[in-house]
Amino acid sequence: MKTILSAAVLSVMATGAFAAGHCAASKTLADGALTIATGNPAYYPWVIDDAPEKGEGFEAAVAYALAEEMGFAADQVTWVRTSFDEAIQPGAKNFDLNMQQYSITPERDKVVDFSAPYYTAPQAVITTTPVVEGGAEPTLESLKGLKWGVVASTTALPVVMEQIQPDASPLVYDDNANITAAMKAGQIDAALFDLPTALFTAAVLMDNGVVLGQFDPSAAENPDQFGMLMPEGSELKACVDEALAAMTENGKLAEIEAQWLQEATGVPLIK
Amino acid sequence: MPDPRLSLRGVTKSFDDVQVLRGIDMDIAPGEMVCLIGASGSGKSTLLRCMNGLEPVDNGEVRLDGVDIAEPGFDLTPIRQRIGIVFQSFNLFPHMTAYDNVALAPRRVLGEDARARIEALFSRFGLADHMKKYPDQLSGGQQQRVAVIRALAMRPQTMLLDEITSALDPELVGEVLDVLRRLRDDGMTMVLATHEMAFARDVADRVVFMDQGVVAEEGTPERIFSAPERERTQRFLASILR
Amino acid sequence: MAAGSHRSSTDQVTRRAAYEAQQKRRANLIAGVSTALVLALIVFLVPLAPGWEAVRASFFDGEVFVRVFPDLLRAFLLDVAIFAWSVPLIFGLGLAIALARGNTNPALFPLRIFGAVYVDLFRGIPVVLLVYLVGFGIPGLGLARPWNSPYIWGTVALVLTYSAYIAEVLRSGIESIHASQRNAAICLGLSERDTMRYVILPQAIRRVVPANMNMLVALQKDVALLSFIGPVEILRQAGIFKSLLANFTPYVVAAVIFLCVTVPATRYADYLLNRDRDARS
Repeated sequence: MKTILSAAVLSVMATGAFAAGHCAASKTLADGALTIATGNPAYYPWVIDDAPEKGEGFEAAVAYALAEEMGFAADQVTWVRTSFDEAIQPGAKNFDLNMQQYSITPERDKVVDFSAPYYTAPQAVITTTPVVEGGAEPTLESLKGLKWGVVASTTALPVVMEQIQPDASPLVYDDNANITAAMKAGQIDAALFDLPTALFTAAVLMDNGVVLGQFDPSAAENPDQFGMLMPEGSELKACVDEALAAMTENGKLAEIEAQWLQEATGVPLIK
Repeated sequence: MPDPRLSLRGVTKSFDDVQVLRGIDMDIAPGEMVCLIGASGSGKSTLLRCMNGLEPVDNGEVRLDGVDIAEPGFDLTPIRQRIGIVFQSFNLFPHMTAYDNVALAPRRVLGEDARARIEALFSRFGLADHMKKYPDQLSGGQQQRVAVIRALAMRPQTMLLDEITSALDPELVGEVLDVLRRLRDDGMTMVLATHEMAFARDVADRVVFMDQGVVAEEGTPERIFSAPERERTQRFLASILR
Repeated sequence: MAAGSHRSSTDQVTRRAAYEAQQKRRANLIAGVSTALVLALIVFLVPLAPGWEAVRASFFDGEVFVRVFPDLLRAFLLDVAIFAWSVPLIFGLGLAIALARGNTNPALFPLRIFGAVYVDLFRGIPVVLLVYLVGFGIPGLGLARPWNSPYIWGTVALVLTYSAYIAEVLRSGIESIHASQRNAAICLGLSERDTMRYVILPQAIRRVVPANMNMLVALQKDVALLSFIGPVEILRQAGIFKSLLANFTPYVVAAVIFLCVTVPATRYADYLLNRDRDARS
């Protein structure tokens, strides 16, 4: 018995960094594998081409770096897909970690566990050239007069309602695709996305998209921070946090962020 | 004989492959009351329906006051108010009161609010208390009388009556036949398909016996009922009067 | 026995009536006991399930209920408004399509084809797709505000779908009216148009009231689909609260509010139908 176990440990040690390998052992859903969930579909720049197994895109890259840090080889990472809602329903989960830009909120934290944040996203205002030509500026005063659209399940709604306090009540959508459609249809002027999504949407999905400005994440009362979602009471949380701390310390996280979420130059702060 | 009100020549009518009328010639004088008798399926009902154009005839002429209304494409709408028809199954409009059943056509077709005239008709036929009732609140005899009033309200010159007592309980037949007697006394031209032989004998000017889509024999009621010439007439009367 | 029934016909209960009363008491007692038993089982057994505490906290949180109720009620007014302005449009268009399909005039044959295609098309397309297609697509062609409003085009999508259904319901109602009714009207000299309007349609519409009530209840629920293109109605508002509070109680509140409207509405329709029937018998 003892020899079998040590053989298993040896094989784990042989495949990766051995220090954290012990930490995650037998705490995952499937022994010797780390099951990570992403969205269906998963979007650029978080996952490139909806193919997380390639390790390209911010979240995919973070996932493989984290796995390595925790002692899993790349081929020991299993990907599954979940919807946003599935993950916060009560009941058994089919993943160890779920990464799809979950903002960490105290309410959600009651139902599920979050890792330490792996990204702090500034909120950015996306709009269209006609709106900019109509005089929209990156000031709260100017943003008040716009017709806003937000995604229901993100923290954008409270930000719009509390910081911008628009004159007309915002329209609410299921996802970014619908926001983009509504903006193309001229039904809304502006939306609040996290900066990377806003840049991608303005550049790729829209003909006349403009990222008007960004909010300072540190100035906000509750900067939007993305955490990896885990089942409530997950034994894995300590290991994940430990690995994330190590990645922050050794600059790996910053390196990935720089590679996949390059500096959003040219997007002014909103005053 | 004065110019006939209705004049049929060589009328034929088929449904699919079944020839129901095989060449009918008939003249009906103004004020005349003609009873059509014959077995079920002999063509009585179809003949009545051809007389007002409800069924288009295949061949032949149906002249109303000299005008051939069977001519294909002839606009029958103005003709229909001159020929009233009452059906075996009453066909009252169930969602309207008795009064509204009667008042609808005068209002829509004649553009007339005929309230006084209609109320008089209801009174005359003993239904003054029933004007506000719906058809299913009336007995069969009352419903059939309302149907007659409904036809009369259009002031027709001719009435076609299609076995109007056949669907009634026996004790209700009398009240409907009384209505017909009064119409006859008014001089209404009537063609009546009926199984009421006693009534036909009593009030008809002429009895027409139909068999297999042709007029087999016709004459005064006395002659038809007492001395039928054709064998099939005799057989029919024997079967029905047994 | 004969004496008994004679005596009882005036001031006393007949043996039959006594027996029936006893049977009725017995039936009521059994019904009461079995209902109480089932309720007791639900009330006592369900909380014994191992996951009950988690489910209760997620779906039946009293604090959340109180907090979200006023906002959800306000959002529900939008559902009611959309419903209220959609229904006349749906019935108007549904009737027009039903009549177009039923016409026999050769000159209007294209109209008949149009009616058939319309019904097949809009009954076949999922409402959600139509809401997206019409709600985003048509305004995307370049309409200016306020004519690109999701309220307008979302309503159009609902009207297109539901008028197709209502058209079929009405047409089946029209066809269920016996030909003798039409004959009677035509023989009185009424025009085709008046026959349809005064004789056929009133009967047909009355006959399909239950089917239409089902349609209206379904419509009331489908109004929520407009939330996909922006309007914040009750289900969307509940979804917002769900995300905010990580709790499903807001959906339960929304369901309760829906039921408060749909149940009385269906009962009222039943009542109207019964009253209609009673009044004439």
